[in-house]
Amino acid sequence: MSGMQTTPQNGAGVGQQLFDPSAFLARQSLTELNGRDRAQALLDTGTYRELLGPFDRLESPWLTMQGVVPQSDDGLIVARGEIGGKSSAILSIEGQFQGGSTGEVAGAKIAATLDLARADTEKGNPIQVVLLLETGGVRLQEANLGLEAIAEINSSLIALRRYVPVVGVIAGMVGCFGGMSITASLCSYLVMTRAGRLGLNGPEVIEEQSGIEEFDSKDRQLVWAVMGGEQRSATGFADYLVEDDVTAIKNCIVDAFARGLPLQHRSELVEENLHRLSAIDGSRQLTSGEVRELLSKGERL
Amino acid sequence: MSNHASVPTRGKIWFEALSGAEPVSRVASVLVADGEIGQERARFLAIVPDPRNPFPCAARGQVGMIEGWNLAKQVREAIRADEHRDKRAIIAIVDVPSQAYGKREELLGIFLAAAAATDAYVSARLAGHPVISLIVGHAISGGFLTHGAQANRLLAFNDPGVVVHAMAKNAAARVTRRTVEELDELGEKVIPMSYKIQDYAKLGTLFKLIDGINADSPSAADVEKVRADLLSAIADARRSPTDLTNRLESAGARENRRATQEVRRRLAEQWSQE
Amino acid sequence: MEKLTFEYPASQPVKQRAHVGVVGSGDLEVLLESSPDQNAHVTVTTSVDGFGTTWKLVLDRFFSRYQGAAAIEINDFGATPGVVALRLEQAVERSQV
Repeated sequence: MSGMQTTPQNGAGVGQQLFDPSAFLARQSLTELNGRDRAQALLDTGTYRELLGPFDRLESPWLTMQGVVPQSDDGLIVARGEIGGKSSAILSIEGQFQGGSTGEVAGAKIAATLDLARADTEKGNPIQVVLLLETGGVRLQEANLGLEAIAEINSSLIALRRYVPVVGVIAGMVGCFGGMSITASLCSYLVMTRAGRLGLNGPEVIEEQSGIEEFDSKDRQLVWAVMGGEQRSATGFADYLVEDDVTAIKNCIVDAFARGLPLQHRSELVEENLHRLSAIDGSRQLTSGEVRELLSKGERL
Repeated sequence: MSNHASVPTRGKIWFEALSGAEPVSRVASVLVADGEIGQERARFLAIVPDPRNPFPCAARGQVGMIEGWNLAKQVREAIRADEHRDKRAIIAIVDVPSQAYGKREELLGIFLAAAAATDAYVSARLAGHPVISLIVGHAISGGFLTHGAQANRLLAFNDPGVVVHAMAKNAAARVTRRTVEELDELGEKVIPMSYKIQDYAKLGTLFKLIDGINADSPSAADVEKVRADLLSAIADARRSPTDLTNRLESAGARENRRATQEVRRRLAEQWSQE
Repeated sequence: MEKLTFEYPASQPVKQRAHVGVVGSGDLEVLLESSPDQNAHVTVTTSVDGFGTTWKLVLDRFFSRYQGAAAIEINDFGATPGVVALRLEQAVERSQV
């Protein structure tokens, strides 16, 4: 599974030179931007149009009754616009609001956007959807509605990606955990920074459920060695490893869409993965290095 | 939810009662059998504890690496086999405490194993197979998202041992620093946080909440009743769209997912404005 | 969680509505738009109870310079008065662009 690239494959005419002094000075961190500014930075200049923004005041109906202050957009920004001149929509999770967790409204915004994009795509107007994943998963204060929202998101994503690629970006610093890590793995292409993390369970939860021997959640080096962008891209769970720079990240997104639909999405590679799994002795602990060895063989189709 | 191999879980009990056929899978934690419900061919799938699971963190019936990829395999095989003929029902019998929590699992990509099973179930549904989930015990978090959540129709027993939730109660109590009693109280005020299946039913995702069944030791009459309910779910699925819109159009959704309705309506309005 | 409301006299129209901030730990979001009448109205929803006097002081100071007939909504997650003042200034700036 190829996956390590800091500049886009095949250039497609939009790649950066390896060292360009003016570009270096103009480097802009994506992770330092809030969710709204990230969406704006990634869309082509002047094309950003936000839907269901703060003034629509679609807040969580469940937080106030529990004494939790809501956010006017429920922590999810929907923006239409263009990426590389092509009609696109960005779904940006605000990681600073309730850990980016998925509640009823935030989840509905994501699923509804995927559905509307599919309807347009089926009519011959493909919409490129990008998910900026900065989330701990289901919002506990909305439990079953967050869970249901994620199920619906996953269903809608699979329906859309039959026609047009869906691209996920995990930049950090919240990372992508919980049910949304399943969503990330359903994306046609996944872009990660080194600071980004992808995991089904967070380190603390693993430690709590299975003991500190299983996972020492305070060992930051371990956390990133297991879940960080570099490990994930070296082991084929992410397609692009990129520096925390708006232009570089955008180039990866453009490159991903230019590749078109993969022959098979990674979630469809059942026989290959079962075959690899059968060769692994799950009864003993594995190191990141060992797993890189085991999983770096085999090409991504 | 501790379990000795000798005490079958509800998942196992109901898999055996309903499928009445020889399992086709040789994987101890993933039971698969092809049987019938009325005139309908059906593939039954259940996740059960395997104390000798090669992955120790998945030995108590959790959904882990082996379970995710094997569910995907078995569902996809049914899709392939039925490609040029009538589509059999796919019936997920759900009793899962959670996903597996382990370093090995994270290294090996349990999120992708879960995505593979999710993808297979959705693909079956989109291909025209009626995918039905029967929740007989626990349906928690990543376990449920992987096995059960993608059905055309969800059914559950009206029973205290049947719980759908994003996090097991003890863990949720610790994380939110509340007592279990406080969580129960909260669940009375905030419907989506409730651990009671009767409250889950109010959210409008269930096709049927089945009363009067002995979930732990079903009688023959109990099993026949459930088979009849499964048959009617299959029929309902066959005459409906293959997406999940039925969950949004139900009475429960109109009552308790109003914000969802509002979002969908207003987003559609704003989508094409210039 | 507490909800507080304030009212101030105003004399200038609001050019365009503006939004700043995030309801994150130590931060707040501000929604600023035209008031339906000639006064400025502020609604504060805050995660920290008992600071009504501090909010009034901050807002008094803000409105001693800002004359806009604005409807201002604040969702606060424990921001300091300094951060509140900053976000209000940012909102005003964006409303005057």
